[in-house]
Amino acid sequence: MIRLEEVTKRYGETLAVDRLSLEVGEGEVCVLIGPSGCGKTTTLRMINRLIEPTSGRIMVGDRDITSVTPEELRRGLGYAIQSVGLFPHLTVAENIVTVPKLLGWEASRMQARVGELLSLVGLDATSYRGKYPRELSGGEAQRVGVARALAADPPVLLMDEPFGAVDPLNRERLQGEFARIQKELHKTVVFVTHDVDEAIRLADRIALMRDGRLQQYDTPENLLDHPASKFVHDFMGADRALKRLGRVRVDAVMRSEVPRISDGSDAVAAAQRAACTAERFSYLVDQDGRLEGWIDCRLLDRGGSAESAITHVDWRATTVRPDTSLKEALSHMLELGFRSIAVTDETGRLLGDVALAGIETTLTEGDAYSAGGPAEGGAQ
Amino acid sequence: MRRRWTGVALVGAGALVFGYVVSREDWWSLVLRSLFPDLPVVVFPSATLGQLVVQHLGLVLVSSAVTIAIGIPVGVWVTRPSGRDFRELVSATVDLGQTFPPIAVLALMMPLFGIGTPLPAIVALALYGMFPVVSGTVAGLDSVPPAVLDAARGMGMGRWQVLFRVELPLAARVIMAGVRTSVIINIGTATVAAATGAGGLGSPIFSGINTQNGALVLEGAAAAAMLAVLADSMLARVEDLVTPAG
Ligand SMILES: Nc1ncnc2c1ncn2[C@@H]1O[C@H](COP(=O)(O)OP(=O)(O)O)[C@@H](O)[C@H]1O
Ligand SMILES: [Mg+2]
Repeated sequence: MIRLEEVTKRYGETLAVDRLSLEVGEGEVCVLIGPSGCGKTTTLRMINRLIEPTSGRIMVGDRDITSVTPEELRRGLGYAIQSVGLFPHLTVAENIVTVPKLLGWEASRMQARVGELLSLVGLDATSYRGKYPRELSGGEAQRVGVARALAADPPVLLMDEPFGAVDPLNRERLQGEFARIQKELHKTVVFVTHDVDEAIRLADRIALMRDGRLQQYDTPENLLDHPASKFVHDFMGADRALKRLGRVRVDAVMRSEVPRISDGSDAVAAAQRAACTAERFSYLVDQDGRLEGWIDCRLLDRGGSAESAITHVDWRATTVRPDTSLKEALSHMLELGFRSIAVTDETGRLLGDVALAGIETTLTEGDAYSAGGPAEGGAQ
Repeated sequence: MRRRWTGVALVGAGALVFGYVVSREDWWSLVLRSLFPDLPVVVFPSATLGQLVVQHLGLVLVSSAVTIAIGIPVGVWVTRPSGRDFRELVSATVDLGQTFPPIAVLALMMPLFGIGTPLPAIVALALYGMFPVVSGTVAGLDSVPPAVLDAARGMGMGRWQVLFRVELPLAARVIMAGVRTSVIINIGTATVAAATGAGGLGSPIFSGINTQNGALVLEGAAAAAMLAVLADSMLARVEDLVTPAG
């Protein structure tokens, strides 16, 4: 889908990008990573001709990008950047339809598209449509930036550290949402980051660069397990086993048959005692299945009151989502001091849980859980 | 939004009051007579105050229109790749234009354009007011965040689309502030134009100076000051109106 052939960009004496060849398949996420100044941004901006290469050729689809005007090319390539660059004088809706407007869409179609896109990126369409960029938080602005890049449904997305400026918690969330959106839309994505964890989590293939040169271009698993050089090995970091967990989603190891008790009134808790003998803990949910806390059955068995056996929790602070990475789930568990952690949907409904033991298995099984990863054992 | 229009209504009312006060020659003579009881004349005899104000406004409007029509495009040009090399030169030139005393500019223009026509005055005023407009335009365009421009280009806007849909709307407030300064300076400076026979509120002032008549000087100066205050608040409202929401 995107092919760079021996692309070079020279600034005076500096070789910002040095004979880079790279091919990104249709529907693939290619993450460009490397130390600051290695040429990631330059590479990305050459794809939409914000920068013209000194030499080499770039193909998008079947055509050389110089065969059309830069403007026409860019309208077909979604573009999102770290500083977002929302137009401060336009509303969220007006920002989003920038490219559709350039393409001359009808007003009603643009209206509808704004609604679709806002809900796609997880913002309430009615309340956000008319807001101005200054009324948005960093994370919200970033979501609008992504919606704007997707507006005309371009087959290709170019993203330069799109989540670089938001706080770590929001970044995790945005990454999760990006993964979800990508699963739905199958765009061909070139994504620049300097965050190894982000690259591992989102990439189908990672292109690791240094001083304008490509060091290795492979799946995250292979970069971790079979680094082509000491530089690649060091860059990917020492905690490889832990990093792998970033590739596995919670729902891959989630146990969905968990003991649950509905409603936390004394009588009900007591009546359900029988159901809670097999395991020490039972989750307590409300009528809608929303997590309210858990019951320690051992305390009940010892004759404690139902009251004292119940721990009430706020699900927002003590649970993970099915699309959370195991790495993140593990760090939550360590932080909270739990041996297992509940999994809920966005509204707090209990879906299951993940135990430390389950994560341990993943750690030892290695590639078994990473989707689409090639088999182990290449000689490096 | 409602606030903006209340402001506009207030300024409109101010303009009406000013127009009426200027038309009441009898009020002016009453007030000036009480301040200067011994002078033979206390209001300018050769033209009514209303006529002087209209002449003055004419000078200001024409010269400011010329200033804006030249100043904004020049400011835009020196921020484009094609004009970037001239940026320093242009700023230095308009800067110099303003440090030059207007009366000297007028004196230089007179042999070129003749005496008794408003032309030298208009050229001098237009040059003199150029600096705030050009520098306001440049400052306004410079204030547009680079990320916004990058996004605009990256999404496929052409040069003119970036200029008209993004840069100028975002720079409008600062550009308008430059225009406002320019016009206010112009209203004051235009009194000097009377020296070349261009008329306006400078006429009673110069006539008063020549005949040692303080009343006439005060008449012209007070009317010019009132006009400047009115124009300032009017342009402040325009500034609000061109400032995009958000
Ligand atoms: N406009 C420019 N002029 C000169 N050098 C530049 C320019 N843009 C980038 N460079 C240089 O090119 C190299 C790659 O930059 P960049 O692609 O921005 O790196 P990255 O995005 O990986 O941090 C750096 O050494 C940088 O200093
Ligand atoms: Mg960069």
